[in-house]
This record gives sequence, C-alpha cells and structure tokens, in this order.
Amino acid sequence: MTINRRIFLGSTVAITTSLCAPAVLTAQGRPQVVVVGGDAGGATAARYIANDSQGAVDVTLIEPTRAYYTCFFSNLYLGGFRDYESLGHSYGTLAADYGINVVHDWAIAVDRDTKTVRLAGGGSVPYDRLVLSPGIDFIEDSVPGWSLAAQNAMPHAYKAGSQTQLLRAQIAAMPEGGTFAMVAPPNPYRCPPGPYERVSMVAHMLRETNPTARILIADPKESFSKQALFEDGWERHYPGMIQRIGPDFGGGSVEVDAQAMTLSIDGQVENVDVCNVIPAQRAGSIAFAAGITDGDWVPVSAYDMSSRADPEIYVLGDSAAQGAMPKSGFSANSQAKVAANAILAALTDARAFPARFSNTCWSLIDTDDGIKVGATYAASDEGIVSVDSFVSQLDETAELRAQTYRESIDWYTAITSDMFG
Amino acid sequence: MSARQILTGALALTALATPIAALADVVRGEALFRPCRACHMIGEGAVHRVGPDLNGLVGRRIGSAAGYEYSDDLTEAGAEGEIWTDETLDRFLAGPRAYFPGTNMVFRGITASEDRAALIAYLSAEGGAPDGAAQTGGTDIDPEIATILEIEGDIAYGAYLSSECTACHRAAGGTDIPSIAGLAPSVFIAGLLSYRNGTRQHLVMNALAQRLGDEEIAALAAYFASAE
Repeated sequence: MTINRRIFLGSTVAITTSLCAPAVLTAQGRPQVVVVGGDAGGATAARYIANDSQGAVDVTLIEPTRAYYTCFFSNLYLGGFRDYESLGHSYGTLAADYGINVVHDWAIAVDRDTKTVRLAGGGSVPYDRLVLSPGIDFIEDSVPGWSLAAQNAMPHAYKAGSQTQLLRAQIAAMPEGGTFAMVAPPNPYRCPPGPYERVSMVAHMLRETNPTARILIADPKESFSKQALFEDGWERHYPGMIQRIGPDFGGGSVEVDAQAMTLSIDGQVENVDVCNVIPAQRAGSIAFAAGITDGDWVPVSAYDMSSRADPEIYVLGDSAAQGAMPKSGFSANSQAKVAANAILAALTDARAFPARFSNTCWSLIDTDDGIKVGATYAASDEGIVSVDSFVSQLDETAELRAQTYRESIDWYTAITSDMFG
Repeated sequence: MSARQILTGALALTALATPIAALADVVRGEALFRPCRACHMIGEGAVHRVGPDLNGLVGRRIGSAAGYEYSDDLTEAGAEGEIWTDETLDRFLAGPRAYFPGTNMVFRGITASEDRAALIAYLSAEGGAPDGAAQTGGTDIDPEIATILEIEGDIAYGAYLSSECTACHRAAGGTDIPSIAGLAPSVFIAGLLSYRNGTRQHLVMNALAQRLGDEEIAALAAYFASAE
C-alpha cells in the first residue's frame, strides 16, 4: 500500500474511530507503534511517526477524549481572552490524513512480556514500540481535606476541559468583594508558570467584573517561575488585589473544607468563595501500571526518551523525569520528535539524528503584557541538560511585551497544527 | 559619486528652500532606520543580507536589486514596471504585508506619516539615485552567507531539524511568526545568520540559532527551499 505524504486513502486496518474496542488488532506485517495519550506528546509522536514513515509503520493512538482541550492557553479563557471552543482540537485529521488508528478508550494495563496494551473497553493492542504520554495524576491526600470527590466544589482545573469551564463559572458567580483562593502545588508540577498566569488572568477578569474581590495564594514554594516578572506585573496592573502566602508564613501548611468552603493556612481559617486546589502531582496511572516508574515519575534516557526500565517503551511530557526541561506542552512536543526519530530508526531504515530539545513558555499578565521564558537543551548520560536559556526582562518596552503576547498566539496555532495535523 | 557626496549635493540644492527642515528629516530618518539595520544595509560597503542592500532604492523598479532573491510579489510588481516612489514607499512602509501579502519582509509598519516621510528622505539621501555608479556592492553577497550556500545541505537532516521550527512556524505563516517555507536559500540563511550573530534580536531565535552550525543551517535551508 502506498500512502501519499499528506492524504491517507483507505485502510486495511479495521478500527478507526470506533466506540467498541476490538478483540485483537493484528500486526498486518508492518511494525506497530502504539501511543497512549493523544496530547502534546502523544499526538505529536503519532503524527510524526505516521507521516515520516510514509505508511511503513502502523500507528495506533489510544485516547479517551474525543476532542482535546489544551491546558496551555486555558488560562487565557479564564481571563476572557479566548473562548472555550478555541482550545478544542479534534482527532479527525490524524485519522483521515495520516492514517492513524485513533481508538477512543482507556489503556488500563501494559503487558511488557507479550508487548500488548489492554483497553478498558475489552481487548488488547499489540506493539513493537510503545509511547506513553499520559500527563499527570494527582497525589492522594497531598492537600488535607481535598480529594477527587471535592473537585466540583474546589476545582483543580489542572486537566483542561469541564474543570476549566467550571472554574470560570465559579469566578463569575463570586459575590462582590469575595475571595478567590488558590492552593499552589509543590515542585515538580506541570507548567511551572501556570498557576501564576492563572492568578493574573483571574485578576484581570475580577478587575473588570468584581474589582473589590481579592485573590489569596497559599504556596508551599519559596520561589516560582518568572516570579519577579509576575510580581512586578501584579503591582502595576492589580495593586492590592493579590496576596501570596509563601512557606515562611505557613503557605505549605494548608487544609481545606470543601463543604464549608474554608481554607486554613497554618491554622488560620479563611472563608473563601472559590478555591482552586492544585494538588501535588505524579506520572499518569498507566506509567505505574506498566511498572516503569521510580518514585513519582518515569526515568528516561535523554538520547531518545526511552524509559530506563524498558527501552521499548518511550515516555513523553509530564510523566517523564525530564531533567532540566519543564513539564510543558512545548517540551512534550519537542521530546516527541526525538522519540519519533529514534523509533523510526529502530523499526525502519530511517536515519537517526542526535537528540535536540527546546522549550518556550509564554505567560500573559494583562492585556498586551506578555512574558516568556525558555531554553535549548541537549542529551547527556545524566539526562536532559540546558544549553542556553532566556527570559523576559523587567524593563522591557510595552511594545515588546505586546509583541511577546502576539507571537504566543501564532505559536498556539502552529503547535496545535503540529500536534493534530 | 559617493552617498556622502550625494547627501551634500542634495542638501546644497535644497539650501535655497528649507535647508533646516530637510536636514532634520534626514537626521530623524537615520534614527528611524536603526531597527531596519537588523536586515538591511545602506551606504558604502552595503551588501545583501536578510533584505536587499538599499542603495539606489528610491526611483528604482520594485524587486530589482541585482543578486537578491525577492519574493514573487515584489518580482512581479517590478516586472510590471512598478517603481519605488515616494508614494509607493510610503504605502509599503505603512504596512508591507497589506501592500504585498507575499513579501518576506517581517515588519509591522510605521503608523505616523511624518515618520515615513523622514525615513524616505533618509533612504533617498543615504542610498542615492538608482544608477549603477551609486550602488556600492549591489551584487556582492555577504561572505558568511556565501560560505553556507556552498555547503550541499543534507535535506533529510534538515527535515529532522525543521521539527524544531514547526512548533512556532506554520507553513501558512502567522501575523508575528512568519512562514519560512519556500524561502530562497540566500534569504533563509541570511535570516538564521542574523539571529546567530545577534544582528537581529529575539530571545527565542537567538538561543535556537546560536546552536546551529553552518551544516545545520545549510541542511535547513535546503529542506525549507524544497517544502511547499
């Protein structure tokens, strides 16, 4: 079967976007790559492997959601800068144009001896190489008083989708002069500047709709990403609205009551109207099920993103112990390309090239006030190491801050096309 | 005549009119030209870089400086006989992509018409008239660009490297992050070199370009020239 580089016409693989899981998907004679997680890491890996192999490799993508709502830029929706639908992306193009076997199901187990992935709906999928990109899951009991049962009363909104819509609705329903509280996570966590961009966006929304409202952050961390820039921006744009309680003042000693809607910081109880709890994080559950984790995350080789425990399983994005790179969508997309190249070199006669990575994280503080931080990275025996880093400066012109925001919009369009076709 | 002689001559000719106003315009125009230096040279020793050298610009056919690989939009305009006059330059500088959507020039434009007039006055004074003698180094290519052009780019390597670009640069291009597909190799190479050597400042591009060797730039140029 020949496949046009862009358009995939017809398929001998039985299952495309099916609600029913098959008994067994046979290998069809071509090497099989299974990707678990249709996100920044997984969707990118699936697309690059399918596209660059020109049909020589069969790719199955297992993803429970039918549309992917990006966590990155979801803060901009909270701030009223984007609408919800603009965050959503379908898997239709990956299925139609790239011939990727998109299976909407949960991967619940990995049998590394038989090299199969078991699906929640029944049945299993064989692999020659497996890519896991399962994002994060929350560590139970990391915030006393909070569990997944409380996530409607106190949303995390740290997996985008209905949680993001819920949080925005709660902000809109705040009483005049009410309190928006955030319990910030300990390191390491997904999207280092994320909670602080969120605070900025909530402040922006409240300044318009509820200017006497206040924002309270309980933070177990001494410092955070782009801190000087955020604090300078908060002072300029939202003076007096935001209070951050760091570990020195009990920010790491927190308890919540989702029924009473209270947040206790070092014993001091506050009534809150919205409580955004962002708990401590670990790798996605399938990584633990596969038996490749060490502590909370999966150790990987920086040279090709293969897991140390099993070199035929590659782990991308948040779930990986990714060395110097932050847990960002940009990083996952960058790592996916290194893994895709390595997998194609292993399964076909494609050439292998040395790993190279990069990341840029953009954050919006207020209208036309955007900042960024980033770096280039390389592989070493010890893991992914930083080569050269950069960050926005305090004394930048308003024009540069506006340009930084505008380019992030172009980036979002480009990277989601890079991921979803 | 050198550009300096032309400038002096131009000033002498206007001496009977409004000498102070004319000089002020040119001086202001030179300050306005500073950001343009990221891509364009003008005056003695000017060569093509990311953008064409601007000697002899005012009064010249659009897209016609010898040895520079223009976008199709500008080449076609020149083929139809369109000239860089005060009017067409003013329109272009107000918003290059509004005038020529396919231009490779990544610049948002100058809003104030007095600023555009000052810049054009400077371009005219410093760059001189569009006759062959006034153009210095018109077909000379920057030696750094020439070195990389001589390398036979490894397209497969370029395809792999390009995956670092496509996180931000999509084929259709955006409003602030331009398309880089289908660029002439000399223009593409000049672009990356200007970021690698810091002539053009952008935090992300400076970091990315600084770890690209000549082989990598040649590979990328070859790949993107072959991409639609």
